[in-house]
Amino acid sequence: MSAELGLAALWMAAALAVLQLAGGAIAQRDPYAPLAALVRPAAMLQGFLALFSFGMLLWVFAITDLSVKLVAANSHSMKPMIFKLSGAWGNHEGSMLLWVTVMALAGALIAWIEKRLPEKTMQATLAAQGFVALGFYAFLLLSSNPFERLPVPVPEGNGLNPLLQDIGLAFHPPTLYMGYVGLSVAFSFAVGALVTRQVTPEFARVMRPWVLGAWVFLTMGITAGSYWAYYELGWGGWWFWDPVENASLMPWLAATALLHSASVLAARDALRAWTIMLGVVAFSMSMLGTFLVRSGILTSVHAFAVDPERGSFILALLTIYIGGALLLFALRASTVSEGQRFAATSREGALVFNNVMLSAILGIVLLGTLYPLLTEAFDVRVSVGPPYFNPVGAIFTIPMLLVMAVGPLLRWREDDIERVRAPIAIFIALIVTTALFTVLAKSDIGILPLLGLAVAVGLGVASFMPLRGRNILRVPLATWGMVLAHFGVAVSLLGMASESAFTKEKLVAVAPGGTTELGGFRITLEGVEPVAGPNWTAMEARISAQRGEGKLHVLTPQSRSFWAPAQETTESALLTRWDGQLYAVVGNQADDGRWQLRLWWKPLVTLIWFGGLLICLGGTLAIIGRLVGDLRRRHADRREAEEREEMAALRADASTPAANGEIV
Amino acid sequence: MSSIKPKHQRLVLVSLALVAIIAAGLLAAWALRNQANYFYLPDQMMADPPAVGQAVRLGGMVAEGSIETLEDGVTVAFVVTDKGDARVPVRYTGILPDLFVEGSGVVAEGSLGADGVFVADHLLAKHDENYVPRELQDMAEHQSEPGPQDTVVGYE
Repeated sequence: MSAELGLAALWMAAALAVLQLAGGAIAQRDPYAPLAALVRPAAMLQGFLALFSFGMLLWVFAITDLSVKLVAANSHSMKPMIFKLSGAWGNHEGSMLLWVTVMALAGALIAWIEKRLPEKTMQATLAAQGFVALGFYAFLLLSSNPFERLPVPVPEGNGLNPLLQDIGLAFHPPTLYMGYVGLSVAFSFAVGALVTRQVTPEFARVMRPWVLGAWVFLTMGITAGSYWAYYELGWGGWWFWDPVENASLMPWLAATALLHSASVLAARDALRAWTIMLGVVAFSMSMLGTFLVRSGILTSVHAFAVDPERGSFILALLTIYIGGALLLFALRASTVSEGQRFAATSREGALVFNNVMLSAILGIVLLGTLYPLLTEAFDVRVSVGPPYFNPVGAIFTIPMLLVMAVGPLLRWREDDIERVRAPIAIFIALIVTTALFTVLAKSDIGILPLLGLAVAVGLGVASFMPLRGRNILRVPLATWGMVLAHFGVAVSLLGMASESAFTKEKLVAVAPGGTTELGGFRITLEGVEPVAGPNWTAMEARISAQRGEGKLHVLTPQSRSFWAPAQETTESALLTRWDGQLYAVVGNQADDGRWQLRLWWKPLVTLIWFGGLLICLGGTLAIIGRLVGDLRRRHADRREAEEREEMAALRADASTPAANGEIV
Repeated sequence: MSSIKPKHQRLVLVSLALVAIIAAGLLAAWALRNQANYFYLPDQMMADPPAVGQAVRLGGMVAEGSIETLEDGVTVAFVVTDKGDARVPVRYTGILPDLFVEGSGVVAEGSLGADGVFVADHLLAKHDENYVPRELQDMAEHQSEPGPQDTVVGYE
């Protein structure tokens, strides 16, 4: 019964999306039409219904209702509860339902609280939101119904891919989806502003928390996903330029550009058309990411199954939305009047430069990701990997990072480079010194890790320079957010560069009791024993690691065999120290009784994800700072308006008797 | 620049942005032609071998009875074959992927050595019933994959 309720709720939500679209469209002609008043309530109810539907899906997974096709295909009665629930979105249909649920909730939220923009713009925004949602409802209901029943219930489910049975996965897709969907809100705002020609600083201020929020979630999703790939796949790498990783990186790049250009629009009323354009591009990248992942068109661990029908459905949606938005942009962009101008050496100038660099990086990642598809059309099969992405991306990343260190020090509108000569000198001195010391320490270092290390150190210091000469306690929260986020980029970069420059790797066959050395550790294989978990068995190696005369640590990497579905996975073991991580994987046993061990010592590798978290924290501070600032400003505006009214009333009172007197 | 009209400034900005992005595109196109990693089937590799040291991918089937662990205990030698009689010897140092068995499909990333042995840096094998390296999807061989009972190993 719950499955049918969920399906019914989904149909009703789709109907409400139609109402939202129609109401919003009619409101553009006649703001007082009866349907126009229904737009906000429709959006709110739609959010509730989608949430209800998703709740029903969680419920059928929680009770393992094996008459539902999706549960039978992806769950198993013996799975731990947390993985039963996360299994609800660890598959195609469920994850699409999660997507529309988050999207409908976001629509409900703006319908409920957002009162700053002109009502007409809001209605156009909600209509756009309804239009986008409608496509996804159609996709769910027509081609991937999560609540489909089996004619005959099966006795037991198939289970979930063991690689996906991991706590990281329980949170990874929802975070990424919140990011993707946050960008859909930015897209709707952009369309709303274009339709009503209200591209104003106020519009940027309204859109900004959504972009920032989406960006924080994307950062978190990418960080978590990278760490998941790092310890779960057992390959010792943290980024593989896998199409699915790129699919989450591209919206992130666009969102980064968008949030900076929205800041320029909010503060200085410049970059109007560019901000709108980025809003469209950012959401296009989210949709493209969904398309790449969901259609299984590219090779990836994430590709659940190749299904051309679904792929073409999403491709059609992609074409309609992106084509439509770009067409609207082309028609309206010329009527968006130019904003304020600015000099090349100014904060706007630096932000524009970084925006262009980010767009270039985005283009490079996009081309590299789609290139195998293009060549396949000519029957040539290629794959594109780090040898392309790393150097070509770096050509644009390094200048961007250099400007990023200086940009926040510049004034808005126009500035003199002489004024910031001292900080720039410090920055360059730091880079050169670090580079020199690194080359002295390790002469065979690659050019990219070297540049990375040097720029990371310089940027790390430079990111705190905007606080120079200011009272720390009075610095606005949003500025702290920027400082922390920029510092996080430097920290993450330091981790990446250090990992690729100084990692030590060893592959050995060791008999139980045997010892090997790596990165200052004495590593001993104590023994290998069978162990069992709730739905798997494993061979577990006991490895002890000791650095110098320090404490003895035990690592237990496993080679696991799951039985539903039957599959083997490699479970790595990590030993985290302040200056790096020891990473151990156990392989097969050779005929002579020795076990294969693959060991890495990765100096400062944890900084990669720590930096990601700092970026998230910075983004969160910026959201809070902006929201508080906004509330305060509105409060002040209201107070001022009230005072003015009171004064007007007083003046009226004062003048009335006088007037009377005159008459008398 | 402050003497420039806003409209002109916008034009300048748009042109600069376009130039940068087109430059990025051209650079990407050039780099892609040089850096893309081409995929070879065993018969293609026999007929028209890639340059020694050039990074390529080799996809095919692990020949029956060809897997052999070398003395160091971590290097594996095997032969990748196809439906015909093309056979490419491969050497791989590392931990074998789950489900790497004789008679199943494999994609080896690496380069051809001067001695005609393909030295693999990475091996991709079939993960489970849902995930197959894309290059192997077109090949019928991977359907001869052993059933689940054959892949649960590690216990006596």
